[in-house]
Amino acid sequence: MSETNGSPEIKKDEPRIGVYVCHCGTNIAGYLDVNKVAEGAGALPNVVVSRDYKYMCSSMGQELIENDIKEFGLNRVVVSACSPTLHEKTFRAACSRAGMNQYQFQMANIREHCSWVTKDYAKATEKAMRIVSAATHRVARNRALEERKVTIKPATLVIGGGIAGIEAALTIANAGKKVYLLEREPSIGGRMAYFDKTFPTLDCAACILTPKMSEAANHPNIELLAYCELEELSGYLGNFKAKIRKKARYIDEDLCVGCGNCWEVCPQWRSSEAVKKRKAGVKVFHHEATISPMGSCYIPTLQAVPKLPVIEKDTCIHFKTGKCNKCLEACTLGAVNFDQQDTYRDIEVGTIIVATGTKVFDAARVKELGWGRLPNVITSQEFEILCNASGPTGGQILMENGEPPKSVAILHCVGSRDENYNVHCSRVCCMYSLKIAHLVREKLDADVFEFYIDMRTPGKGFEEFYHRVMDEGVIMIRGRGAAVSDVPFTPEEEGKLMVEAEDTLLGMRRRVPVDMVILAVGLEPQEDAMDLGRMLGVSCGMSGFFIERHPKLAPAMTMAEGIFLAGTCQGPKDIPDSVAQAGAAAGQALALMDQGEVSVEGFFAEVAEDACSGCRTCVPLCPYRAIDFITDKNVARVNPALCQACGTCVAACPSSAITGQGYSDDQLVAELDGALLPLSDLFEEPEPVGAPGGGV
Amino acid sequence: MSQEYEPKIIGFLCRWCSYMGADLAGTMRAKYVPNVIPIKVMCSGRVDPEFVLQAIKKGADGVLVAGCHPGDCHYIEGNYKTLRRMTLLSQAIKSFGIDPRRVRLEWVSAAEGDVFVKTINEFTQTIKELGPLERLSNGIVREPAAAGVAR
Repeated sequence: MSETNGSPEIKKDEPRIGVYVCHCGTNIAGYLDVNKVAEGAGALPNVVVSRDYKYMCSSMGQELIENDIKEFGLNRVVVSACSPTLHEKTFRAACSRAGMNQYQFQMANIREHCSWVTKDYAKATEKAMRIVSAATHRVARNRALEERKVTIKPATLVIGGGIAGIEAALTIANAGKKVYLLEREPSIGGRMAYFDKTFPTLDCAACILTPKMSEAANHPNIELLAYCELEELSGYLGNFKAKIRKKARYIDEDLCVGCGNCWEVCPQWRSSEAVKKRKAGVKVFHHEATISPMGSCYIPTLQAVPKLPVIEKDTCIHFKTGKCNKCLEACTLGAVNFDQQDTYRDIEVGTIIVATGTKVFDAARVKELGWGRLPNVITSQEFEILCNASGPTGGQILMENGEPPKSVAILHCVGSRDENYNVHCSRVCCMYSLKIAHLVREKLDADVFEFYIDMRTPGKGFEEFYHRVMDEGVIMIRGRGAAVSDVPFTPEEEGKLMVEAEDTLLGMRRRVPVDMVILAVGLEPQEDAMDLGRMLGVSCGMSGFFIERHPKLAPAMTMAEGIFLAGTCQGPKDIPDSVAQAGAAAGQALALMDQGEVSVEGFFAEVAEDACSGCRTCVPLCPYRAIDFITDKNVARVNPALCQACGTCVAACPSSAITGQGYSDDQLVAELDGALLPLSDLFEEPEPVGAPGGGV
Repeated sequence: MSQEYEPKIIGFLCRWCSYMGADLAGTMRAKYVPNVIPIKVMCSGRVDPEFVLQAIKKGADGVLVAGCHPGDCHYIEGNYKTLRRMTLLSQAIKSFGIDPRRVRLEWVSAAEGDVFVKTINEFTQTIKELGPLERLSNGIVREPAAAGVAR
């Protein structure tokens, strides 16, 4: 026991620690003995008061700390509760309010790291005691630190120009801040630009999206960086530096007016093949369909913003052989420039919003459904293009032979809710399948069969839409569409596509002949989400989508300060949810930028010049070039403005001349001492039997 | 009731990946053995090899250092430095007569709650098999007499 316990005389620097053990309802108290932990903590050195309380994070819990700091003259506080990611800030603020330096607070995580993961009640109690002991030993060596003020550049980089990115950009721009809207495709608009109608209101996607696209392009505060990629990112909250690569379009943007002379003459037609063939009464190639004329010189959609074509180097005859100059000759403005090169520029922003969206599941991976092999098996994405008034058929739903189908099957959950592909539910597929069913019924007198596992319609007006579609005579079959074949068993099946499924309501196998099969493909993270995450310091979760700071309380924030998430890059979402999250991300970015400066943690490395031997070991180790070598003094010096407090130099210094403020050697060694303390003196073996809550 | 030997293990977890991975294991309510006491560091590169030796001296039977996957370090390349230091450290530890299996470096990302659980369970099992380190009154720490040092 410490001799300082309960001593009436308070020396100035003597640690006076308060330890608070949170029950977290039963989240902690149900799995270990919180009384025992608090009692044990009371016997640790320098601990003046130790208590357990039902909800430490409640205002009552915080008041408890504040009152104790004043009453007992505490200068150190340990709260053993949940992860510091969740409530460290809460308790630091409470300590500050009571006049204590917030860095003399320490959190002991006995929930995520102990109560939730330990089966045995007694062992969980002992582990919690060790964690609390480690934190208590450490906190005695925590020094008062000052937060650093960082100025924030009043500009945002929005990565991704889909509906979420556009919405976030407009919100910030309307608040008077500069926005760089970065899009790697030639046009903004994202996935939504390909939709004909949106569920459940069935309003025209282009009619609501294109005004937003042009508003973003024409906004005085938005600088559109279309056909650009993020090459490098450095810096931190308030002062990010981004290197942007502007990809060569081979079109001079200042001269081009988007007249279309160039793309109309490109001989490398791809999809418009479909248009021509349809006019000639031949076949429609679904897999090549796009909603714009696609040559090597092309425009992604006719509503593209900016309305500038791109020449695709890989397929262009000029780049392959040098023998074609058709677009060059067709352009009366001289805007085609085959010599254009990628250009680079650096921009500086205070905040970043990630809105990189998703990719759709590749239906070819589910071989048994026949996509790519059976011509009239198409994906929902292809259906959207087929159904789009700007599409190759002018919005008519046609089979490959140019005939309208008499029966259509829609297969739900392709690539979703399946352990072979993606475990997650893609959330939008049920509703867009219903929309597709409706569009087919509206345009054609065809039978529509929907093969679903569960019908998930939780949004506003969604269930009503489901009933409406059922009333329209769509036939619902509960059972995953297992296989699609074109092998007939009977003469009636000749020339049809056979969908096989187990009808789980009738308890029998079904074999339904149809003319066209539409696969409701799910959503997946972008292929390079991990790479971008690495650049930004934002992690990806199990499914590969970016992880938000807290699934409930901070869904638009990330663990990286100043970087926010919007739209489907965080997980599958429909348009309203993407827009809502984009608004939230923009609001949070604005809240930071409006402050002009923010506090960042007061951790940084410091060189004690008298101890520095001048060996320079630390200098090349620093990834931020924050360490300068002062030649005339023969010592190293850390620039605190650049230092990110990783501590790599601290660990490497052979003279122990560098201190990592907040994570110093003595703090970490004290933590070791606490973790390895023999507990028998202060801590009896807890009763494993009849423990409250049962624990396991 | 005979008590099974429960090793004491220290786990240095980097705050960006492995600590978050441990948090995720908690959120998943995954169950694992309680032997590892986590100590949060800013980066696995902050782990001074001396901390590992100190931990062993102060009573730990094993030390885990966990950081972000190579290429994923929040501090760009701190974990590469950790990798080099830990490789050298395991050589040094061997020369002290301590089994290098008692010190383990693992990459655990914030998304890998399951990897964290597996690491903790496996590592604890390894240390259980190696048995408790012998601690003599003169401060010397050595492998239990019966066990040999892995070569």
